[in-house]
Amino acid sequence: MINLSRGAAIVGIHEHQTRYAPDKSELQIQGESVIKALEDAGLTKNDVEGLFTASSTIRNSGLNLADYLDMYPKYVDNTTVGGGSFEFHLSHALTAIAAGRIKCAVITYSSLAKSGGISVGTGGVARFGHPKLDPSPDSFEEIYGLTTVGLYAMIARRHMELFGTTSEQLAEVAVAMRRHASLNPEALFRDPITVQDVVNSRMISDPLHLPDCCVITDGGGAVVVASPELAKDCKNTPVWVMGVGEALAHQGAGKRDLMYIAAKQSHGPAFEMAGVKHSDIDMAMVYDSFTITVIETLEDLGFCEKGEGGEFVSNGRIQLGGELPINTDGGGLSSNHPGMRGIFLLLEATRQLRHQFEGTERQVPNCNIALCHGTGGALGSRHSGGTVILGRD
Amino acid sequence: MAEWKKPLPTISGETKPFWDSCRKGELIIQQCSNCNEYQYYPRGICSNCWTNDVKWIHSTGKGKVWTYTITYQNRTPGFAEDVPYVLALVELEEGVKMFTNIIACDPKEVRIGMEVEVTFVKANNFITIPYFQPIK
Repeated sequence: MINLSRGAAIVGIHEHQTRYAPDKSELQIQGESVIKALEDAGLTKNDVEGLFTASSTIRNSGLNLADYLDMYPKYVDNTTVGGGSFEFHLSHALTAIAAGRIKCAVITYSSLAKSGGISVGTGGVARFGHPKLDPSPDSFEEIYGLTTVGLYAMIARRHMELFGTTSEQLAEVAVAMRRHASLNPEALFRDPITVQDVVNSRMISDPLHLPDCCVITDGGGAVVVASPELAKDCKNTPVWVMGVGEALAHQGAGKRDLMYIAAKQSHGPAFEMAGVKHSDIDMAMVYDSFTITVIETLEDLGFCEKGEGGEFVSNGRIQLGGELPINTDGGGLSSNHPGMRGIFLLLEATRQLRHQFEGTERQVPNCNIALCHGTGGALGSRHSGGTVILGRD
Repeated sequence: MAEWKKPLPTISGETKPFWDSCRKGELIIQQCSNCNEYQYYPRGICSNCWTNDVKWIHSTGKGKVWTYTITYQNRTPGFAEDVPYVLALVELEEGVKMFTNIIACDPKEVRIGMEVEVTFVKANNFITIPYFQPIK
């Protein structure tokens, strides 16, 4: 196989500041983000040959976005596998650029989950209205009142049963994210919380309390990816795509052990392509839809043994200053979570690798290699996992 | 009979035998005649060996709670009024897991590994839904 490692680089990023934008359209937020990300790269509309986007709400999302921005891309990818879609997009953009099909791609996303009043976690099947169920799998699932949080809570419950994981250990993840959010002026929630605050708060779906669940916001962002040749002319330090891996995991016709998540399948190829070890990773962006998501993902990425994730996230190990800082922007648990969050993983990892926060507490010192892992869908039913390893020269 | 507010299954050709059987108070699942694997939810092909030699077999209707959650919040009509309720995955004796609700018990009594059996609730004249309850 052709080694794709470093075959493309992230050269421009933009995170839309908004957390609540009832006066904007989703396409407008995407457009504003793409324009700013291209400015950040020092590139223009005419440089963009590939268009990558995903949406839960915009029909034919790539087609409508191209129309809105009057673009004529020659490479289009609307892979939509839930919140982790954007790690898949980066993986695909790398392949397209390394193969010489295109020299520059933009990946973008936006959502009005907050102002649209979408109960992403607790709306159940009615969160997008009350559709007629598909014959399968919906008709064997939604009739029992599934919610997104419930599907993660079931995994958390079994994790506790099998491995002795505690509510306090789950809470450690929320506490760490909140501390990081306190350093991010754009984060939704910035006031520090304690483990006791989390375990004493309202139960949403046992054993997950309210602060075990991500926030719901509006928002969006964009990433510009370029070939090595084009990256040389860009304004910022290139952030190389060193390794990628993709996986899907599901019920396996009722027989799969749901305690192992897609990260177990996707991380091996990513590490192999990148040619790095776990100990080389300076920081990680781990999709934090719920606190259990982080614990399960760290285990199945191989940062600790199965069942040891609860202990791994405790005692500040995943906080800035710890062994493996995670989600230094405050994550989905405290900064933002507009329906799907995978693009924000790429944005913060890029900021850290650019040393954008040098001289402040938010910067991971000597940050040279970062890992992003996006999870989409739900751990208890079916989900995607996209691992991306990024690095700077 | 009170109006059923919860979402109802949509029945297709490939799933009709399952729902017909539920109406008779019998839980059936599928087993492949070619590779002998069980599967749930029902499909028109065997998801393992990709032949269409799937046959319907009677499940014992007994199993254990594989995992569960007590749901305190769900905006979906029918469930919004039903909280707190237990959403669970039950592993049948045949080895396949089913989403379900554990009913006819206090939600706080449910445990992983609890032995449960199928029970049926008539939603309307056309649809009966399988649930599980603790084996007394």
